[in-house]
Amino acid sequence: MAAVLFDGIVYSSWLFLMAAGLTLIYGVMRILNIAHGSLYALGAYTAATLGGAWIAAGYAPAGTFAMLAAAMLLVGAVMGPLIERGLLKWMYGKDEIVLLLITYAVFLILEDVIKLVWGVESKMLPEPYALPGNFQIGTLVYPVYNLVLIAVAVVTGAALSWALYATRQGKLLLAVIHDREMSAAMGINVDRVYLITFTLGAMLAGLGGALTAPMIAVSPGIGVEVIVLSFAVVVIGGLGSLGGAALGALMVGIVRSVAVRYWPEGELFIVFFVMALVLIARPKGLFSAPEARKI
Amino acid sequence: MKQALLAGIAFILFIAAAWAPQWLVFLLALALAKGLVVLGLLLLMRTGLVSFGQGLYFGLGAYAAALLAHRGGLADAALMIVAGPACAAAVAAILGLLLARYREIFFAMLSLAFSMILYGLLVKSSTLGSTDGFHVQVRQLAGLALAAGAERRVFFAVSVAIAFILTWVLHRYLASHWGRVSTAIRDNELRVEYLGASVYRVVYANYVIAAALAGLGGAFAALAVGHVDPETTYWTTSGEFVFIAILGGTGNVAAPFLSAAIFEALRTVAAQYAPNVWQMALGVAMLAIIMFLPGGLWTLVRKRAS
Repeated sequence: MAAVLFDGIVYSSWLFLMAAGLTLIYGVMRILNIAHGSLYALGAYTAATLGGAWIAAGYAPAGTFAMLAAAMLLVGAVMGPLIERGLLKWMYGKDEIVLLLITYAVFLILEDVIKLVWGVESKMLPEPYALPGNFQIGTLVYPVYNLVLIAVAVVTGAALSWALYATRQGKLLLAVIHDREMSAAMGINVDRVYLITFTLGAMLAGLGGALTAPMIAVSPGIGVEVIVLSFAVVVIGGLGSLGGAALGALMVGIVRSVAVRYWPEGELFIVFFVMALVLIARPKGLFSAPEARKI
Repeated sequence: MKQALLAGIAFILFIAAAWAPQWLVFLLALALAKGLVVLGLLLLMRTGLVSFGQGLYFGLGAYAAALLAHRGGLADAALMIVAGPACAAAVAAILGLLLARYREIFFAMLSLAFSMILYGLLVKSSTLGSTDGFHVQVRQLAGLALAAGAERRVFFAVSVAIAFILTWVLHRYLASHWGRVSTAIRDNELRVEYLGASVYRVVYANYVIAAALAGLGGAFAALAVGHVDPETTYWTTSGEFVFIAILGGTGNVAAPFLSAAIFEALRTVAAQYAPNVWQMALGVAMLAIIMFLPGGLWTLVRKRAS
């Protein structure tokens, strides 16, 4: 049972990293970003390439962890501004559903860009996974890398909530979430807030991908399933809520690991079943504020 | 004039069913099946709703039809064509009670969740062939045995006839009281309520109709391809339907079929010559349509006509 719980928490940590970026972007910009899955895939590919180059150059394998971080920064710093300034900036004010379709188009484009840049063969980066060694829970052996994943998720979550609720920039961001037009009227540079938010979101997706790269064979199409899973998480938690994303990630992670243990056929089914149940009970997710209807 | 044009198209399609090469019949049959799904999506979009989960009903229709032949021992196309939409409509009648309360992004997401639930079940059910799905072979239509090789052509001809009738019916529906209320709901739901119409009931009815059309499309697709797999219910398939709907636009009931035919033709070409940039082309086309042609390709047709 402890093992199931631990698996669940590891999985939740990973889900949280993906969901945090998604929910942040939605909260501020009202964009449900399907391209988040592609940014995740880009993070994984960049990490595999950088890490592979690092090993090939003969440096110490421990440095691959730095490469994972570099991949995250690279994806965030390049793709974030590129997509936001290059495309989304021109689309603000359209319906949420049209914005969703636009990010779907970006997702389609990026899927093929990845194939063109990295080819269709899978890439591997096993070093960071194997390097920290193993530890035991009861009779089961786990890689320490799982703990790294949990630690990163906790630190990211803490850092995000600190940045949001305790710094000046974060408070400006919350103001924009609350009322975009009023914030602009009060002199907040909404354009800049959008750029920063999207870049941060892209970075979180890149981080999720970079941390996953050592655990899987990085191949085309890895972003496709990730995106619907992270959707489920943020929708359960309530779109735009960071605490909701954390709770949603925990719920989905643990429910899934219980299913994998006791009812493997239901692995995917159960996640979306929980999502449907939550939406039935609370149409806008667990942590959502009521909104005024405009006539 | 318009009727003559439509009759002409139907005639050409019937000719194609008889003499076109096998690959063309296959392409057109698939385009028609998808066009039916997108026709349902058009109805939803006219109501102001975008479903990212029509794959649920497409897959349900395909599986219901295929199971009838595969397990039920009733390998008759006529029954399958009824079973697909009936099954889809039955499920939609239940889910619709719930979904009719949702709008915008939440409608899109919840419909996505339901389609992924079915996907999750199908992928893991080894009795239904899990990820591989299974083959369906049908050579019988309403009791008549069909010659080997000719069955796909006959099915296609049948689907052309049915699609034409349904498209005409939907056209009439959109011009009717409920059809007009649908558009009003898209424009301002609250005002419609104030005027005394039941938004919930109209949305519910449209949702079930859209599902039945998707189920029929699924049944035709199963007949055309001769195979069903869980991919039919995956979110990327639903996304494809949304793409076709955006490409064609919601201006006319003929738009989904035009757009589906273009989509399938381009896909066939792309699969041959540029399989690695196909999705990119789709994405770029989608952005271009949203930016420069928000009414879809149909606006071009209309401009020429006027």
